[in-house]
Amino acid sequence: MTDYNFAYLDEQTKRMIRRAILKGLAIPGYQVPFASREMPMPYGWGTGGIQVSAAVLTPEDRFKVIDQGADDTTNAVSIRTFFERTAGVKTTTATAEATVIQTRHRIPEAPLTEGQILVYQVPIPEPLRFLEPRESETRKMHSLEEYGLMHVKLYEDISRHGHIATSYAYPVKVEGRYVMDPSPIPKFDNPKLGDMAAIQLFGAGREQRIYALPPYTQVVSLDFEDHPFDPSRADHPCGLCGAEDSYLDEVIVDDAGGRMFVCSDTDYCSARQAAGHTGKDAA
Amino acid sequence: MTPLLSVQGITKRYGAHIGCADVSFDLYPGEVMGIVGESGSGKSTLLSCLAGHLTPDAGQVVFDTRADGPRDTVTMAEPERRMLGRTDWAFVHQHARDGLRMGVSAGGNVGERLMAVGARHYGDIRNKATDWLDRVEIDAARVDDRPTTFSGGMQQRLQIARNLVTGPRLVFMDEPTGGLDVSVQARLLDLLRGLVRDMGLSAIIVTHDLAVVRLLADRLMVMKSGHVVEAGLTDQVLDDPQHAYSQLLVSSVLQV
Ligand SMILES: Nc1ncnc2c1ncn2[C@@H]1O[C@H](COP(=O)(O)OP(=O)(O)OP(=O)(O)O)[C@@H](O)[C@H]1O
Ligand SMILES: [Mg+2]
Ligand SMILES: [Zn+2]
Repeated sequence: MTDYNFAYLDEQTKRMIRRAILKGLAIPGYQVPFASREMPMPYGWGTGGIQVSAAVLTPEDRFKVIDQGADDTTNAVSIRTFFERTAGVKTTTATAEATVIQTRHRIPEAPLTEGQILVYQVPIPEPLRFLEPRESETRKMHSLEEYGLMHVKLYEDISRHGHIATSYAYPVKVEGRYVMDPSPIPKFDNPKLGDMAAIQLFGAGREQRIYALPPYTQVVSLDFEDHPFDPSRADHPCGLCGAEDSYLDEVIVDDAGGRMFVCSDTDYCSARQAAGHTGKDAA
Repeated sequence: MTPLLSVQGITKRYGAHIGCADVSFDLYPGEVMGIVGESGSGKSTLLSCLAGHLTPDAGQVVFDTRADGPRDTVTMAEPERRMLGRTDWAFVHQHARDGLRMGVSAGGNVGERLMAVGARHYGDIRNKATDWLDRVEIDAARVDDRPTTFSGGMQQRLQIARNLVTGPRLVFMDEPTGGLDVSVQARLLDLLRGLVRDMGLSAIIVTHDLAVVRLLADRLMVMKSGHVVEAGLTDQVLDDPQHAYSQLLVSSVLQV
């Protein structure tokens, strides 16, 4: 017996969130306001993503949570436990087995498929916020498609660093219309946003916004003709599984300051190791 | 000849209070119109109505657009009006910080309008920006510095560069020399005069300063309590004012 409705939120709230999600899917990249609810955890913990997950989960779903690519961080574990308790859904760490994946800061390496839903936790949904703090003005810019300011930000990057130094939350244009903040994923993941088979939903709790990318949406990373978008990847294979196509974290392995590069997607890395791939640092 | 701007019956109230009332005039290509009058006489209100920053309660502001000829910008759809605002129109604010992005480099400030109309080549944008810094007498080496590190006069010149980079046809200026030292004002005025002449700009300049209109304006309107009390060629109005208020203004009895 549980004290809560299925997935914690009451049905009326879930309906309200689902309406916002449907509107978001109908207008890819458009930020839909919604009445964010208090959740039994602080905002920094991804309450926007949690509310979106609560609204889309069904008892048959299999739920996965990743935080910076890992299933085993405190944040990921507590969100997974939260839905095990309140929704009784099965959970998994295997990307391919999951039907709903909530994520903070990464897109899984394994290509997602039709029928899967990827839910992003979003701290700041407004890509224009950095240069234009007035919400009334950014809203107008979106509605009138006035996006010159986005390129001012990239211009500033190049003038200061010699190249576009933005490496997280790299802005994209969706279906040639809305400029969108993909949440703080590394720009390495940007190419996966476009033409993805899975549904992508973005939830910002504190800012009360939901936006979405339906399957197979066109998503283009902004750039200049003479400074084209470069997803860039560290120039090493994974130390554990030898992967040369994954996003890597640099980890310190001993007190002597020894380091190695390993896949940030722990499920991807362990699946490759289980299949017999090894890297040069594998024990 | 078609006026570049034809203003008819512009009226703006703030509640029961009059901002400006029933103002009409034509501005022809290449002409500079000065607007003078004491504080509170409605100069900024009128300018804001003309530039589309305020919606007038009555009247028309007909601009001779490149694409479709004369169009009333008051009733035109907002996206079109905002597009004019970053292409064919320019607005120079009294306080540079209102017209600049203080957190963005000088180059980014000048480049913004180019990017807003679709420029996507960093090298070209930067070259145009440095070129414009040079034209407003700012050392091109300052292109990556923020305006916060600039003097008041430099900020104002940067604001002008940022506005003129897209080759506008009409420039609105609200007290462009206000708040600057006299010597700095003189340099800015010389610069403005050169740009207006070289680019064949039309301009509407609001000012307290009769020296500014003497130097820049072909024609002059004198405002009092929201109304235009006298209008004519600058030299005529300044040398032989007809309205009693203009006479006071010119004789500097009124220290506006
Ligand atoms: N936002 C506002 N709300 C109410 N009244 C206003 C507002 N702005 C201006 N006014 C009033 O409208 C009149 C005209 O003001 P405006 O700012 O246009 O004058 P101005 O000629 O530009 O003055 P100044 O030389 O001091 O800049 C004044 O009486 C002013 O108090
Ligand atoms: Mg004023
Ligand atoms: Zn690996």
